[in-house]
Amino acid sequence: MELFWYIVLMTMLAIYVILDGYDFGAGIIHLFFAKTEKDKKAITSAIGPFWDANEVWLIAAGGVLFFAFPTLYASSFSGFYLPLIMILWLLVFRAIGLELRGQVHNKMWEAVWDKAFGIASLLLALFFGIALGNVVRGVNLGMVTNGVSTQEAHYFFLPLWNPTFSPQAEHLGIIDWFTLLLGVIGVVALTIHGANWIIFKTNSSLNATLKKVVFVLNLALLALIICSLLIWHIIEPKPFHNFFKHLWLFIFPIIFFIGHFGLFKVKAFKKDGMGFFFSSLFLFGGITSTVASIFPKVLPSTNDVNPDLTIYNVAADDYGLSVGIYWFIVAIVLVIIYFTIQYKVFKGKMDDVGYGEH
Amino acid sequence: MEDMLFYDRMQFAFTITFHYLFPQLTMGLSLMIVYFKWKFLKTQVKKYNDAAKFWMKIFALNFAMGVVTGIPMEFQFGTNWAKFSELTGGIIGQTLAMEGMFSFFLESSFLGLFIFGEKLLGHKLHFITGFLVFLGSWASGFLIIATHSWMQHPVGYEILENGKFVLNNFTALFTNPWLWPSYLHNQAASLVTASFVVAAIGAFYILNNKHHEFGKLFVKTGVVFGLVSSIVVAFPTGDMVAKNVVKHQPVTFAAMEGLFETVDGGSEIVLIGQPNTLEKKLDNKIAVPNILSFLTYQKWDATIKGLNEFDEDVYPSNIPGLYYAYHIMVGLGTIFIGLLLIASVQLFRKKLYNTKWILWSLLFMLPFPYIANTTGWYTAELGRQPWLVYNLLRTATGASPTVSAGNTLFTLLGFIGLYLLLGLLFLLLVGKIINKGPELIKH
Repeated sequence: MELFWYIVLMTMLAIYVILDGYDFGAGIIHLFFAKTEKDKKAITSAIGPFWDANEVWLIAAGGVLFFAFPTLYASSFSGFYLPLIMILWLLVFRAIGLELRGQVHNKMWEAVWDKAFGIASLLLALFFGIALGNVVRGVNLGMVTNGVSTQEAHYFFLPLWNPTFSPQAEHLGIIDWFTLLLGVIGVVALTIHGANWIIFKTNSSLNATLKKVVFVLNLALLALIICSLLIWHIIEPKPFHNFFKHLWLFIFPIIFFIGHFGLFKVKAFKKDGMGFFFSSLFLFGGITSTVASIFPKVLPSTNDVNPDLTIYNVAADDYGLSVGIYWFIVAIVLVIIYFTIQYKVFKGKMDDVGYGEH
Repeated sequence: MEDMLFYDRMQFAFTITFHYLFPQLTMGLSLMIVYFKWKFLKTQVKKYNDAAKFWMKIFALNFAMGVVTGIPMEFQFGTNWAKFSELTGGIIGQTLAMEGMFSFFLESSFLGLFIFGEKLLGHKLHFITGFLVFLGSWASGFLIIATHSWMQHPVGYEILENGKFVLNNFTALFTNPWLWPSYLHNQAASLVTASFVVAAIGAFYILNNKHHEFGKLFVKTGVVFGLVSSIVVAFPTGDMVAKNVVKHQPVTFAAMEGLFETVDGGSEIVLIGQPNTLEKKLDNKIAVPNILSFLTYQKWDATIKGLNEFDEDVYPSNIPGLYYAYHIMVGLGTIFIGLLLIASVQLFRKKLYNTKWILWSLLFMLPFPYIANTTGWYTAELGRQPWLVYNLLRTATGASPTVSAGNTLFTLLGFIGLYLLLGLLFLLLVGKIINKGPELIKH
């Protein structure tokens, strides 16, 4: 039962990253590459009707986390208090940046909301990467000091950083050089993903440039990922332990590398949607590989006093979990129908939807 | 420790109060937009479609505000109320997760289609997308009130040795006697807000001699919807909610009514007065004898328990606040019914659009349904204190154990600043839409 909900939750999070990920990526492209009004319009039109529904995957995943793994929800949301609240603020700025820009026709007004949308998207990509880094690295559960827990075994609190920025300090911070590296990977990966979405959904004059951007960033991504894997060895002695124990898990890294290497052929793609397909693969493969490597842990403990949080010690009671399956199946079928309708209505190139001018 | 709890509570109170300014309009307004669009499909008179489009713009702006301020609500259960989430997540997580899965996806998928899709979809399908948005927003309200009702009147649970609440009866969450009266009361109240907003903008157009045709349509629709819904708010739904409180939370009822002492031979209803918690009496009281007993039990001499019958340990933590919230809500509700009755009579006599004082009253009434809705929720929430789960889990035990007061105050200040900005932008833009008026909406 726990396993079922774990798979549901991770799938929802992966879908969230793939869907809202292209919105963040589009925001970053908008910030750095869109110079003309026409390109800006093409970018916002390409994500305009979708971003809100995409964001709902985060909220729904949060709901499922709350319901299926209440202890994990309580522990991680209070422990990662500051960055989570900041993510909320950034989501507000991303939303109003997109929605308010077209409401007043004035150069200064537009400039302000363009920047709000772009910078918030960039920081969100960075923060989500850092968040993934924190989960992999683990936290000081029970806030152990000198070998003694100062809080209940499954609670903790992390400041934004500690003075050394070290991922191996006793008192960790959210941002250290390991999690920061994953944050940068998040930004690069989502920028590639967003560029692919824009190529897919628009006829913008940027598309040729964006193909070059995808190629170059993909090289950078390869270098960054090799770095992070090496560093991971320092933090966690046997990061690939799970994969050798259950060989079938290698499917996830394989999906990742198919997507990743596929993108080096970006300039040769015949169909505009191919790039987006491959970057979706690498995001899906990347996330699933990462969580599979620590499974069944969901939040490792960095001290020897308190046990890791695993799906088995944070889950809700069996009755609640099994009754939830019924309504969840009904709901997910409906969601698939909604998304099919939505993407059918707004299929093809979106340059002329005229988002924000209603 | 005390500070921590104080800031946690302030942050929740502030963010939820601000948040609920928007859903209370959008839930009611979505129904009225569906009405305008339906009327257009039936009559093919263009002004109804224009009216639907005009309100859709105001709806979209309010909806966006509701979404961006709503996400922090869900996150705050975990960030600020971790212990509460850990202990009750197996139960309230059900209804909150269902809200995300059933209503947020529905609303967000079809709102885009509703706003951008008129040309693509044709009028009939466009009407259906509008209806689905309405359905999603009302489903959202339902699941939130199911959660709220469980906290007020917990059902279908058992408590384990480690203090965790586990669900043992899923359907009980939806047959909770607290749920349906509260839900209908709340939805009717949401319709009151929407009706007054529609009527007030209509009155503004008539008084301002602009968009006359629409002014009349809005005033008429607002007054009719408003009269029906404001009566439903009081009776039967308000009455049913109050009876639930008497039955399950008698100490809360005593505090709401300002009843410090049990009185034999029937209790009076207090219209005005200031609760004096030091001397345990009401100052400057104006009251009508025996009415409260009659309203509560339909018997003039029924006994109602006063605060003196209860242990101070279970008193609502803020008696004056609770008392004022309740009295403001009831007082305003009564004024709404009175004004709308008079307006309806004038409408029936075909004199409403020339009766200036009523139009002015409708215009100036605009903020008051918001106040009534907000104080209504304060009544429910302050009435539940000092409990998170009534009689079972105290608020003081629910806060996050590791988040310090300094961090909570930091984020509270951040939210205040951010929401101030949002509020200003909202007013600017909504003013722009209203000033432009329904005739100039692009087609």
